[in-house]
Amino acid sequence: MTDATDPLTREWQGPTPRDMLVAKVKGHTGLLIGVGIVGLLTFVAILAPVLAPHDPYAQSLMTRMEPPVFLGGTWEHPLGTDHLGRDYLSRLIYGARVSLLIGAVAALISGLIGTAMGVAAGYFGGKVDMVVTFLINVRLAMPVVLVALAVVAILGGSLTVVICVLGLLLWDRFAVVMRASTLQVSRRDYVAAARSIGASTPRIVLTEIMPNIFNNLIVVITLEMAHAILLEAALSFLGLGVQPPTPSWGLMVSEGKNMMLFEPWLVLIPGAVLFLLVLAINLMGDGLRDVTAPENRS
Amino acid sequence: MTDAILKLDRVRKTYTIKQGLFGERKPLTAVNDVTLSLGKGEVLGLVGESGCGKSTLAKLLLGLETPSSGEVLVEGRALHDLDRSALASRLQPIFQDPYSSLNPRKSIYDIVSLPLRVHRIGDAKSQEKAVREMLDVVGLPQRVINSYPSQMSGGQRQRVAIARALVMRPEIVICDEPTSALDVSVQSQILNLLGDLRREFGLTYLFISHDLAVVEHLATRVAVMYLGRVVEEAPVADLFERPGHPYTRALLSSVLTPEPGLGVPETSLGTAYPNPIDPPSGCAFHPRCPHATDHCAAVAPRPVETQGGRVECHLHDPDSPMFAKDAA
Ligand SMILES: Nc1ncnc2c1ncn2[C@@H]1O[C@H](COP(=O)(O)OP(=O)(O)OP(=O)(O)O)[C@@H](O)[C@H]1O
Ligand SMILES: [Mg+2]
Repeated sequence: MTDATDPLTREWQGPTPRDMLVAKVKGHTGLLIGVGIVGLLTFVAILAPVLAPHDPYAQSLMTRMEPPVFLGGTWEHPLGTDHLGRDYLSRLIYGARVSLLIGAVAALISGLIGTAMGVAAGYFGGKVDMVVTFLINVRLAMPVVLVALAVVAILGGSLTVVICVLGLLLWDRFAVVMRASTLQVSRRDYVAAARSIGASTPRIVLTEIMPNIFNNLIVVITLEMAHAILLEAALSFLGLGVQPPTPSWGLMVSEGKNMMLFEPWLVLIPGAVLFLLVLAINLMGDGLRDVTAPENRS
Repeated sequence: MTDAILKLDRVRKTYTIKQGLFGERKPLTAVNDVTLSLGKGEVLGLVGESGCGKSTLAKLLLGLETPSSGEVLVEGRALHDLDRSALASRLQPIFQDPYSSLNPRKSIYDIVSLPLRVHRIGDAKSQEKAVREMLDVVGLPQRVINSYPSQMSGGQRQRVAIARALVMRPEIVICDEPTSALDVSVQSQILNLLGDLRREFGLTYLFISHDLAVVEHLATRVAVMYLGRVVEEAPVADLFERPGHPYTRALLSSVLTPEPGLGVPETSLGTAYPNPIDPPSGCAFHPRCPHATDHCAAVAPRPVETQGGRVECHLHDPDSPMFAKDAA
């Protein structure tokens, strides 16, 4: 029944979705910059033992508070040393590990919790939705920083505690966004078609719904990663996060704050890399949202 | 009809609607005691205005919604007794909007082969063969097999949806306005394709449309729906020659005007479509009916058998004070 003169079967092939994605990524400067910086910092964090010029824990009372090279220091300590004589660059490099680890793992934990809750609420509706909406409201009524402070104060600060507390607190945006996206996507006819075919609920959720809400998920992951990194810095600054002598950017700012007026670089350097990382993650998230937005109807 | 392949027995679906923030919950009867039956090879056209419950009826048949009361029988067996795969291999849908019925993240191969993969029919090789055969059958070139829906036109997408519906060789296809989202030039091609496929595979269709003209081409029988009820059912020729229900006549006159297809049928249906949450008393059609009397506002008409069909109108009920011999 194939008819060559049928206008429907005429030669007409646009680019594949993959081609379009590649073209969009190449044309998106913000995304490329964000991915570049995040990639570079991840690379630095992974290779910290190789890249760091000194042991980040080695104290030397003879060489305390040396300034960075651009303020008259030596190349022995390119970014100077802190009040215990530890090499600032090495601490900064190891600090990237803490920030990225906390950002990634906390976003992963809260992403799993929030996505499971949001997708279940959006897909099943009814009572499930009522329970999830209630839990979201309870969570939104809790001030994150206060709860985190209280829990860390009780359990004591450590990397594991900070990761768990943030992972268990930051799922609200995942749940809200995934619920709304699932609600929207599960009304599409292809979901009804899959159900009429007899596909199981897990299959429908995994192959029909998830691929179509994944772009929203990625954006929330990046937002929450940046959020977790900033919260870790804040907790560490307040002395309730990662404990000394572990190198953490928030802790470095905290330790430098007493000398801020005389040696401002002690605060400015870790502050600047923190700013750079969060900015880069947000650029990446914005970019990913732009390039993965569903294509318009041909 | 004893050899009915699909039967609805007083099927009703009531939704609960919440009005406003703290508003009371009100029932909305989308499908109201519908009794219909489809014989093998028949095409039953189901027509009615937007919101009269056509899609809800389709969802009930597909098992996507459960009836509030009444029963759907497929080959004499209750629908809720059939397991999903048994139902899926007998009954498949074609939806209105081919932009919404194909998953944009899946290739055409993945879309058409989904039924085979879900029910583990054959191995990868035989599945690909089946998909390629189906593409031929619906008139799509083989090379689209690795394309994505975004690369196709509306008509092509609808052909993909038809291929997916037929790949398991079902007996019954529920077409919910399969052409109303398409360009006029493409509509007739899809209609012709559906007609060809029916002959080729011996399919039975429930063909839903808001347009009587579309139904005339394909249907063997027509059921007219109004506010959740089937108000008239008749063989297609009888319905077009001797429409019984005033609503059917109104629909027909709008099709037969010199410029058909200009928007919603309006000609003799002056007043607006009633609110389904608050349906009119008695005969639901009486506020818009040119023959309406106090009797219509008070008493709901009962279904009356006619030659080959059924109509729900006091004008046709010999027991009613309004019975008019010349009504037909
Ligand atoms: N899930 C639902 N919840 C509440 N009300 C619903 C639901 N689905 C449908 N309805 C209502 O039931 C009635 C019938 O809807 P349905 O979609 O079956 O109409 P339709 O005849 O298919 O209309 P159209 O021609 O516009 O497709 C409408 O009044 C609609 O608002
Ligand atoms: Mg509809």
